[in-house]
Amino acid sequence: MEKIIGETKKAFITGNEAVAWAALAAGADSMFGYPITPQNEVMHYWTRISPQYSRSFLQTEDEISAGFTVCGAVQSGKKSFTATAGPGNVLMQEPFGMAEAMRLPLVAIIQQRGGPSSGTVIYSQQEVTLTAYGGNGEGHRIVYSTSTHQEIYDYTIKAFNTAWKYRFPVFVLGDGYQAKMREPLEMYDPEDKGIEMITPYPLIGLGGKIGVDREPAHFCNIYSMEEELYDVVMQFEQDYEAMSRDVIEYREFFCEDADIIILAHGVVSRAAEDAVLILRDMGIKAGFFRPITLRPFPGQQLRDMLSQVKPQKILVAESAMGQFAKLVKNEIYGENIPLETLFKPGMGIIDHDIVEKVRSIF
Amino acid sequence: MLLPAMPKSWYLPTKPHKFCPGCGHGIVLKALGEAVDELNIQDKTIFGFDIGCSLLAWDFFGCDSVQTHHGRTTPVMVGIKRSRPELICVGYMGDGGGYSIGSQHLLNAAVRDENITLVLVNNTNYGMTGGQMAPTTLPGQKTETSPFGRDPETTGYPTKGPEFIAAITSDSAYVARATVSKYKQLKRYTKNALRNQMENKGFSFLEVLSTCPTNWKTNAQQTWNFLEEEMESTFRLGELKTPFGKGVK
Ligand SMILES: Cc1ncc(C[n+]2csc(CCOP(=O)(O)OP(=O)(O)O)c2C)c(N)n1
Ligand code: SF4
Ligand SMILES: [Mg+2]
Repeated sequence: MEKIIGETKKAFITGNEAVAWAALAAGADSMFGYPITPQNEVMHYWTRISPQYSRSFLQTEDEISAGFTVCGAVQSGKKSFTATAGPGNVLMQEPFGMAEAMRLPLVAIIQQRGGPSSGTVIYSQQEVTLTAYGGNGEGHRIVYSTSTHQEIYDYTIKAFNTAWKYRFPVFVLGDGYQAKMREPLEMYDPEDKGIEMITPYPLIGLGGKIGVDREPAHFCNIYSMEEELYDVVMQFEQDYEAMSRDVIEYREFFCEDADIIILAHGVVSRAAEDAVLILRDMGIKAGFFRPITLRPFPGQQLRDMLSQVKPQKILVAESAMGQFAKLVKNEIYGENIPLETLFKPGMGIIDHDIVEKVRSIF
Repeated sequence: MLLPAMPKSWYLPTKPHKFCPGCGHGIVLKALGEAVDELNIQDKTIFGFDIGCSLLAWDFFGCDSVQTHHGRTTPVMVGIKRSRPELICVGYMGDGGGYSIGSQHLLNAAVRDENITLVLVNNTNYGMTGGQMAPTTLPGQKTETSPFGRDPETTGYPTKGPEFIAAITSDSAYVARATVSKYKQLKRYTKNALRNQMENKGFSFLEVLSTCPTNWKTNAQQTWNFLEEEMESTFRLGELKTPFGKGVK
């Protein structure tokens, strides 16, 4: 693969710029996008840097088109991606649904902004349900919720491999803070870290003489009979379950002896991590658990931890009105631990907020 | 000191307005305000504002108004007009909102000859999101997503909105292009675009060439030059379709 970064180096850049470099380093051939804050600079950097490496960009007429052009590009055998946010993420649910239904290795970077509707252009964690379960299907998607620029870089690279390996659409779920902030990170070419990038392959335009060398490639996403669709969806479900073991990622911090477990994801998990240290200084035994993959969710891992640790309480903290908490509750159904919440839809959460909340319930 | 009067239909508590210095939006909204005043329709005019810099006008008029989604102002206006035909419905949008993401609505509303008025502000870029390429960006023009200049080979030529709308509308539609550099003409066309709806003649569409010094990164002189020399020679001014007869004042 073409070397983009050369010698591994430190950089101090915005998350959006990190996405553009990571996609280049991952060997993405093209980006299709439509302007929306706080994602714009992914396109701005991509349009400036990518021509030097003969990669392409098209600004489409809207997000529906951006998503479908990515569907076409990956079907033709190219690594392709898009980036969006908020109302753009809403519009992209149609092409994301096609990617789900046809198992297309589409990659999308989502920089969450406030909602509903145009909301704010700033920040939120309100696109969890949409990104994980949007559309009229079963959420056969992979969603990485990042919390630092290093993770944005790492998981953007990883997203292309996960997508092409398992053929489910893959999402890097960031937010406006991660998009726009500057932060130090290490940039590298995947090979230098021992990461082997999967070579993309076409699903159509396969060459040879049709009828002689091969049969034509036919793809569809609509079925005549209930049973046909049922079989397809059940097969997806089976494949999804099978790959989950390898794809699930999470992080635990000071859980072993914790009386209270804080559950957070994305950028809020940074506040949770700091809060745990502050609370420990105050003599409160806190720990935190953070799913990195929201889909597939590390449900078994969470349950195992809870049954071992037996905390007195759980606190779910998120910048939404319980979208993440729903995922959590779904996974720990039957556990008998009081669950407290700190919900701030569309607002940032800092360590102090979590510390105060814990002190008020402990 | 004598200050130029603000139109009666402007809503004073929200002035001064929020557009950048040198922005053309304010001039278009002034023409709209004076047209509404002179046609005496303030109490029955409903404005729909697209997401784009247009949204900065969401509380601009002393008229009832709704802000919609990016590109969706046209169907919202159609919904209001079809439900309450006595109201004068004016959709206000940018070139990105109208010609790009909202183009299917524009095309279909025009084909159905919806009895609404659309005012589309062409500033050759996506102003609100920080200056990306728009369908109207001129060949060679640099924007955030055409950093080396718009290349017609890969991204086509500027969208000619009124020409396109004129080709698909009925004979009684009103279609025109004005510019913020010729205020009298702009105001006359604005009035015609409203009168056409008042007389139930059908679809009315006015594109207005406008300025965006913030994203063009131009000073006052360069801004005006770009508008009058570059834009006005690419986008021809005039009434492409008018049931009132050419030259009607
Ligand atoms: C579905 C959706 N996609 C993208 C956006 C982001 N967005 C807001 S304004 C805008 C562009 C506005 O440009 P234009 O319509 O030309 O108006 P201007 O600001 O130039 O007046 C975009 C892309 C959005 N709000 N919703
Ligand atoms: S960004 Fe451009 S269009 Fe928007 S208010 Fe400023 S000058 Fe006007
Ligand atoms: Mg514009």
